[in-house]
Amino acid sequence: MPETELKKTPLNEVERELGGKMVDFGGWELPVQYSGILEEHQAVRERAGLFDVSHMGEVTVKGPDALSLLQRATCNDVSKLDDGRAQYNGLLYPTAGFVDDIWVGRRAENDYILVVNASNVEKDFEWLADLAKGLEVEVRNVSDDYVLLALQGPQSQRVLQTLTDADLPQLKYYRFTPAAVDGAAGMISRSGYTGEDGFEIFLPPGDGPRVFRKLIDAGVQPCGLGARDTLRLEARMALYGNDIDHTTTPLEADLGSIVKLEKGEFMGRDVLQRERAEGPKRKLVGFEMVDRGIARHGYPVVDGGEEIGVVTSGTHSPTLKKPIGLAYLPLGKSAPGTEFMVLIRGKETRARVVPTPFYKRPKS
Amino acid sequence: MTPEDNKYAKSHEYVHVEAGIGTIGITDYAQKELGDVVFVELPQVGTQLEAADELGSIESVKAVSELFAPVSGEVVEINETLAEKPELINTDPYGDGWMIRVRLSDPSELDDLMNAEEYEEYCETESH
Repeated sequence: MPETELKKTPLNEVERELGGKMVDFGGWELPVQYSGILEEHQAVRERAGLFDVSHMGEVTVKGPDALSLLQRATCNDVSKLDDGRAQYNGLLYPTAGFVDDIWVGRRAENDYILVVNASNVEKDFEWLADLAKGLEVEVRNVSDDYVLLALQGPQSQRVLQTLTDADLPQLKYYRFTPAAVDGAAGMISRSGYTGEDGFEIFLPPGDGPRVFRKLIDAGVQPCGLGARDTLRLEARMALYGNDIDHTTTPLEADLGSIVKLEKGEFMGRDVLQRERAEGPKRKLVGFEMVDRGIARHGYPVVDGGEEIGVVTSGTHSPTLKKPIGLAYLPLGKSAPGTEFMVLIRGKETRARVVPTPFYKRPKS
Repeated sequence: MTPEDNKYAKSHEYVHVEAGIGTIGITDYAQKELGDVVFVELPQVGTQLEAADELGSIESVKAVSELFAPVSGEVVEINETLAEKPELINTDPYGDGWMIRVRLSDPSELDDLMNAEEYEEYCETESH
């Protein structure tokens, strides 16, 4: 095998020491698992798990026109944010297809930070920088300035509180605050990609390994990309490149809650207005298997020999202990209870549309 | 630890032969690569397999892999326990995690397979 130069996060060495099984993930060397996907998954659902998500990108948007740039580039209403508040949002093309799905936080007036998918950092940055031409706004790719940790699970708050004076019980979902974490000048956000309570912790790269180790020493399970995928799928969180991409709109992906037509003009608004009035042609739905098998990404959905849709994500759900997945189906065949056929290695296999999320955490 | 009394295929199945019956499963290296196994699809008793035929598939949480027959023969038994406890493939691949038993139709095919030492070397080169 030829040696390829993989990008490494500042936590690479720690991850290897902890027994991480390293893989090439879109050009980044990251652990797919440590002790095993099922064990790591369960640790997050029941206790706490720690993920290195430093491969994700950060982009800052600053200046008098910051808000108007973001309002134009995205489908959610950025004007609803006040300082320390964040939202899930879609960066869209004029076709209403996704440039990326992103986290947007307002640090101060005219000062926003975006967290973007690793594979899209350059593309997003260039897209925004291009839209910013002629505006009074500075768009910067600051991805190298941060280690990003995701501490997820019901015990996250208790564990993190031992390393910070920030008032975590007061930090609500989708809020963030600057905070000293084990003495490092960082930022803590209550958010995540697992369906559990938890935090995303932004740290200077030099402090990342020490904080990571301290959290592991406190009993937190190190978790890899494998568990991250099963956890996010149970919570029905979309994965860019699998469930959504430049060909899919937020309404097709059933992300209507981030489409704010009333906020004024933005990229893709015409398309979304039409889809909202007439219904999108297809819809991303959750499914379970009726027959045995796991329908995975890219498997076709067929009807009478004709391809009518596609599976975008599929795995064995560790919590439900059965195969689950997401698929695009024609709108008329997307109601819960509808059965359809997936082609699994040439064999027509029955699946059924079910309501999502597959997993919702118990109210505490 | 790779058992000395098995033969090994490049596709990471082993066969353990006693009295003309070969017990087939996947190796410890293979189960580690796959991660948590959640189910296996195996052929029915009576199926005639040719060496290198696809005999079934194995699904782990993260991926699916095909299984190939290391030798030719008729399937005489399948491990029914795996339907309920597929994790046996992870915890005891050479023991309770076996998959099928075949009556070898051409024992000379065993000469085409690797011994334990050769297989370990092969895995070394695969993982680099």
